Amino acid sequence: MSDFVSGFWNIYVVGIVLVSIIGCGVFLWSQSSATTVEGATTGHVWDEDLEEFSNPLPSWWRWLFYITIVFSLFYLAMYPGLGTYKGQFNWSSTGQYDGEMKKADDQYGPIYKKFQSQDIMAVAANSEAREMGQRLFLTYCAQCHGSDAKGARGFPNLTDNDWLFGGMPEQIKESITKGRDAMMPPKGLKPDLNGDQIKDLAHYVRSLSGLASDSIRAQRGKELFAPACSACHGPEGKGTPGLAPNLSDKIWLYGSSEDTVTETITKGRINRMPAWGEFLGEAKVHLLTAYVYGLGGGSKEVAAAAPAAAPVAAPVAAAPAEKK
Amino acid sequence: MQSQATYNYKVVRQFAVMTVIWGIVGMLVGVIIAAQLIWPELNVVEWLSYGRLRPLHTNAVIFAFGGCALFATSYFAVQRTSHVPLFAPALAAFTFWGWQLVIVLAALSLPLGFTQGKEYAELEWPIDILITLVWVSYAVVFFGTIVKRKVSHIYVANWFFGGFILTVAVLHLVNSAAIPVFAAGILTPKSYSAYAGVQDAMVQWWYGHNAVGFFLTAGFLGMMYYFVPKQAGRPIYSYRLSVVHFWALIFTYMWAGPHHLHYTALPDWTQSVGMVFSLILLAPSWGGMINGIMTLSGAWHKLRDDPILKFMITSLSFYGMSTFEGPMMSIKTVNALSHYTDWTVGHVHSGALGWVAMISIGSIYYLLPRLFGKPEMHSKKLVEAHFWIATIGIVLYIASMWIAGVMQGLMWRATNLDGTLTYSFVESVKATYPFWTIRLLGGLLFLSGMLIMAYNMFLTMAGGKAVNAPVLAPAAAH
Repeated sequence: MSDFVSGFWNIYVVGIVLVSIIGCGVFLWSQSSATTVEGATTGHVWDEDLEEFSNPLPSWWRWLFYITIVFSLFYLAMYPGLGTYKGQFNWSSTGQYDGEMKKADDQYGPIYKKFQSQDIMAVAANSEAREMGQRLFLTYCAQCHGSDAKGARGFPNLTDNDWLFGGMPEQIKESITKGRDAMMPPKGLKPDLNGDQIKDLAHYVRSLSGLASDSIRAQRGKELFAPACSACHGPEGKGTPGLAPNLSDKIWLYGSSEDTVTETITKGRINRMPAWGEFLGEAKVHLLTAYVYGLGGGSKEVAAAAPAAAPVAAPVAAAPAEKK
Repeated sequence: MQSQATYNYKVVRQFAVMTVIWGIVGMLVGVIIAAQLIWPELNVVEWLSYGRLRPLHTNAVIFAFGGCALFATSYFAVQRTSHVPLFAPALAAFTFWGWQLVIVLAALSLPLGFTQGKEYAELEWPIDILITLVWVSYAVVFFGTIVKRKVSHIYVANWFFGGFILTVAVLHLVNSAAIPVFAAGILTPKSYSAYAGVQDAMVQWWYGHNAVGFFLTAGFLGMMYYFVPKQAGRPIYSYRLSVVHFWALIFTYMWAGPHHLHYTALPDWTQSVGMVFSLILLAPSWGGMINGIMTLSGAWHKLRDDPILKFMITSLSFYGMSTFEGPMMSIKTVNALSHYTDWTVGHVHSGALGWVAMISIGSIYYLLPRLFGKPEMHSKKLVEAHFWIATIGIVLYIASMWIAGVMQGLMWRATNLDGTLTYSFVESVKATYPFWTIRLLGGLLFLSGMLIMAYNMFLTMAGGKAVNAPVLAPAAAH
């Protein structure tokens, strides 16, 4: 695609660049032959004693100037610079990028490929693969999940056995490949909740995991929970894998304080893990999956059944965020 | 013309004193943000956080410190080399008060978070308009003085001051073009750039690099061309060299901006053109250094016991060094390593502290006794101490940033045998702490030098009285 909207600009750029560079040389050449008298002043005096010698241009400096001009013309003959002219080396920044990427794929591709056909469990058990997985994790995942993979507020811990979207290898791989989106609507399914009712709900939600709560408020909150929250979090608040986190365990994605839970109910939560499949390619995603699975939280065989993952927390409804 | 035939030193005095004051303020903010990088907990409240203080630092040192120094020295030099008092003294007074108002507004609006998000052009549109008014007045005063000069030839310092004033006007008007935001039908101080996407980036760095080229280079070369020959008592080395490097410098600087946007969405051809003109810029830049340093030939012995001359010659050495480093860093393959690292920060400060601040300090030391009717500064020893403290500070600053920058560049590109990155970003941050600490020490030393200067300045002023020297008749023409 051309950088110019019309052929005129190509000619304009070529013309003005060449005239300017060559013009520098011509100017320097014309001034080099101007009359100078070494050691004499020009005869002008300002402010009592300001004068100028009429010394010639230092010749080493003139040559330095000429060399940069000649180099520039040579460079513009070899590299893109003169409008749409591509240069003799046919270099472009996108071409360099593509070339480096291809070289990297050729060089490193086989290293990753050799694990791609292996089962995740086998890869997870391979120490070389684990080290490579960790390096990938530190490059691409640690910014959010932390270099120890223990997460942060809003970013799930990947080392526990609590999974928002499932901890089986295929589920982890899907999370990495396609990313995950999660959204809890404000006030759940009851947009007419008032401040006092939200407070009641917060007390009930906290009581589910044994946190301090006002029993009267919790009782009132329990009645609101059914219409507002249970569709996603289940009648007992134990969550629904891939949809809503378990509210009855000790794990909280955003925090368990009354204020935070109230905020979560009031404003809802939106969270997203970006998709990495296209960027990293299957082989690297495979290694990362094994690494994350091997962190210790990966669901074991028991997980075969759907509920496999589920738990997690996050305050009331907390947005599931991707969690492994 | 004024009836009493004296030069207008009042506005020079005002700007000279404020140069020292704003220098201290701007460098203090620099020291604070340098400390915040080492101890992030020093980001106490949002309006004193790194992100808001950093533009305040750059604006204060460039436009408050550097700007006041340029106003003071150009007003001084243009009168004396034109052999007439300043044209339009009321406008000259307006430039002083207007410029101080700009600085105060910057010091309030930047911490409050008002910014156009353009480096070195952060100030919002109402302040931009005030800057325009002040700058046009400055041009009227300066060129008006040139027009009514009593000598036929225009002295070389004035070419550079004139080029700087004209070009900065154009740069400011073009880059600051913005559309103000109306909220609920009411005009707000917030605005958005008139340009979009990569064009906006290109306009910004055309401005940004020429802010360096004209504000921080051409203007200070004007200063150099007046004060170095004055202090050395020697003629300028070569008139012909002045002519060639002046025209070549102002012509080629205009093209160099794209080297700030290597390996970005800017088209390849634009990057290449920016790079070759940056290389061509080497010789024109060095022309100024040669002309300054060679002016001292035959007077080298004066360096031994003249600390003001030491400031000036050291500044020219740093000028030569950073204008060699600049073209090298504009080469794409070098830039691929240096860009986004502390190397750039070191490069900027070798120019800003080594060249701009040192030549300004030397020139202000030259001015102060003459403006306050004293034979010399209150204490020459303190000027000498200032010189050494400042020089050691600069060396610590630049050397630590060079090492840190190259280290960061190498860490960011290091890969393992499987192609993954060897270091995460935060590891490079951790590895930089020792160098940030050395940099802070360098900055503290430089700031201490400025405090010594302020002390010396106030003692020079004390007991002195404001003096306006009589206008001199031009020397008989040959």
